[in-house]
Amino acid sequence: MIVHFEPASEEGIASVVRSAAAERVTLAIVGGGTRAGLGNPVRTDRTLSTRRLSGIVSYNPAEMTMSALAGTPLAEVEAALRAKGQMLSFEPMDHRPIFATSGEPTIGGVFAANVSGPRRYVAGAARDSLLGVRFVNGAGELIKAGGRVMKNVTGLDLVKLMAGSYGTLGILTEVTFKVQPVPPAAATVVVSGLNDAEAAAAMAETMAQPVEASGAAHLPESVRGRFLNGALPDGAATVLRLEGLADSVDLRAEKLTTALSRFGSVSRLDAEATRLLWAEIRDVKSYADGTRRALWRVSVAPSSGHQLVAALRLQTGVDAFYDWQGGLVWLRMEADAEAELVRRYVGALGGGHASLVRAGDNVRASVPAFEPQAPAVVQLTERIRARFDPARIFNPGRMAANK
Amino acid sequence: MPEMIGFLKPKQAVLDRRQEIVADLKDLLPKGCLISEERELKPFETDAFLAYRRLPLAVALPETTEQVAALLKYCSRYGVPVVPRGAGTSLSGGAIPQEDAVVIGLSKMSRILDIDLFNRTATVQAGVTNINISEAVSADGFFYAPDPSSQLACTIGGNIGMNSGGAHCLKYGVTTNNLLGVKMVLFDGTVIELGGKALDAAGYDLLGLVCGSEGQLGIVTEATVRLIAKPEGARPVLFGFASSEAAGACVADVIGAGIIPVAMEFMDKPAIEICEAFAHAGYPLDVEALLIVEVEGSEAEMDAMLQRIIEVARRHGVTTIRECQSALEAALIWKGRKSAFGATGRIADYICMDGTVPLSQLSHVLRKTAEIVAGYGLRVANVFHAGDGNMHPLILYNINDPEDAARAEAAGNDILKLCVDAGGCLTGEHGVGIEKRDLMLHQYSRNDLDQQMATRAAFDPEWILNPSKVFPLEGRPAA
Repeated sequence: MIVHFEPASEEGIASVVRSAAAERVTLAIVGGGTRAGLGNPVRTDRTLSTRRLSGIVSYNPAEMTMSALAGTPLAEVEAALRAKGQMLSFEPMDHRPIFATSGEPTIGGVFAANVSGPRRYVAGAARDSLLGVRFVNGAGELIKAGGRVMKNVTGLDLVKLMAGSYGTLGILTEVTFKVQPVPPAAATVVVSGLNDAEAAAAMAETMAQPVEASGAAHLPESVRGRFLNGALPDGAATVLRLEGLADSVDLRAEKLTTALSRFGSVSRLDAEATRLLWAEIRDVKSYADGTRRALWRVSVAPSSGHQLVAALRLQTGVDAFYDWQGGLVWLRMEADAEAELVRRYVGALGGGHASLVRAGDNVRASVPAFEPQAPAVVQLTERIRARFDPARIFNPGRMAANK
Repeated sequence: MPEMIGFLKPKQAVLDRRQEIVADLKDLLPKGCLISEERELKPFETDAFLAYRRLPLAVALPETTEQVAALLKYCSRYGVPVVPRGAGTSLSGGAIPQEDAVVIGLSKMSRILDIDLFNRTATVQAGVTNINISEAVSADGFFYAPDPSSQLACTIGGNIGMNSGGAHCLKYGVTTNNLLGVKMVLFDGTVIELGGKALDAAGYDLLGLVCGSEGQLGIVTEATVRLIAKPEGARPVLFGFASSEAAGACVADVIGAGIIPVAMEFMDKPAIEICEAFAHAGYPLDVEALLIVEVEGSEAEMDAMLQRIIEVARRHGVTTIRECQSALEAALIWKGRKSAFGATGRIADYICMDGTVPLSQLSHVLRKTAEIVAGYGLRVANVFHAGDGNMHPLILYNINDPEDAARAEAAGNDILKLCVDAGGCLTGEHGVGIEKRDLMLHQYSRNDLDQQMATRAAFDPEWILNPSKVFPLEGRPAA
């Protein structure tokens, strides 16, 4: 029987960890459990959830910072921000649609997995918004790092290290992060009918213009109909989001329309359609298909994204769409996961990061979820891990680079 | 002046082998890349934190990553401390050497390796100056955002070491938010690459850890940074206030109203007078505090945003509003601000503090700072990045008067503690270096600091890299 711990305090967590470390009992660290599919599968003796460590600790809109306990539901954080006209600029993706999981995502889980969305390529990832953390290390000590101010270079930035460490270095108990005002207006410029290479060029052109586009995605014809209930104009849709003061958005949309008209026919979506479309792109709606067909999330230089897909198509069946100016490729494999092929091409195209987000159990058991690393970096990682969790009790294997 | 900040005792075994080490290092480098004559070592005995100086054992100026690797391999093998150095503009003593250390200066590695406008990245060697990156892509309409005041001289390698900021970071973030990848050499000469042109990398965020690590984790030799399209236009505006409190409250209210200008800089009366006398920027001399607020975008966008900022400023009794009418005027306004440290140096010796506080505490901390400095019988000028709460009190004193110097250092320590107690931190952008090392336990608990030092030890178990810096000398884990 799996024993499930749900301490309601930092001290409660520390005490569970101290006993576990003394007895070499391994712990799966979970929040809401909605992203348990990320990373390599782990088998542990016990489960420790931060769910009961919940609540917003402090929120000062004029300072653009919030502190919350790790188990606070993301929905509660976002509702409190919305009430003051603010938001998380990195737009964390909701993984429930693609994993078909239920439950409540927590703010600790967002930072532990460094979960970001479409605005990430201009506004930074979750880790760029994270200002301070409190966590329990593998010795059961409570550690704090960072603070609650925008600029802080006091000592080593353990905050960044904790972001995206998937509970393998410590258990986050409290996070402090920066927030941003919600832009008063938004619109999306749509260029229709471009092939993937043309779309990459159009997106690069957008980013060279002084229009501050906060989203640049390309939805090929194979997926276009699955977004906005098919309301996007015919043909592949290259979509560019503009946000800001209402007058600015209008001016910038006109400017961008002029700049992009040589690529294809240009139209515009209003604020409501913009909000919906980018939430769907963020949550990878096209592949929330109730299957466990292999889904890759590949991060490469924006110029390489469409080349990767073209190269793969010659070898195997793939469906794909692009975010982050083409630098984030969501790849759904039609048959096999083709891990060797995907990673070989990513390497050949200048390097990047291919993570296996979803797949059947057999595939997940044999393919490392994250891009394997150079031996020197793996050794360094092991030494760091040993300094945080000497008994190796936290999420063993979750981030292991090689299997 | 009396030395209050301790250095590690030089290793006698290293000093005794000086001639041999110098000869060995010479063999690892091209001709003319090793400095060992006392006269030539002099320029390297301190950085911009002038109060302390030590002559290093030697200075190596490698031209390639391979040479840096060979140097580190040698130094770790023989236990020779290494102090990495960019342009030596550190204000916290981050590049001050010690008698048994080899300084590895990256100034010869100053080539721009790749500009990729499609992907908006630049890959450069560590010795490229900050301003050079923006200049290289300016004609194409791009720039590199973090802009420390020392950007004419400081190098990207040093910026990464200190996670440097600057006036425009309110909107664009600091170095860590604009860095995509590095090539770096570990203590034993191993070369690793972290990140690249893709936004995500595998494994732990080692790039985030390296940025701001003050030369404790390795030596960065190449970096890939993000480029951003230049805005259509930018316009700084001067706002004068009858009190520092009113200016501070105005800053908090602008942010609270959901307006994020690209920069919000604060100067108090002494700073205004010092900068105006030097730069003749046209700063008003009849106000107690000044804000330089910069907005960007098209003319219409800037007008709209300024109108909203002016409304907030009026609520706080703004007494002067000066919009600049020309590019020349805008350049002058920034010249005044960016030369603040140099201009202050003309009238007195000073130490520059670098604490950060939550915006709601600005007024309180400004008032207490004035009291603290007056209590030591000294003068202070305040100039800082108000939008993100990063304060720079400049404490004026006479470097030739030992008592004055001790008072200045004590006042500085009190101010930094005040910042931490107000919910802020010891340093927002200058780094801990040697200056704030002994205050670390004021901000962190013993456990917090031990976790940082353990992380450091995972990179450099023998504590070879920049050993006198960042962490208190007491309580370090045994090598």
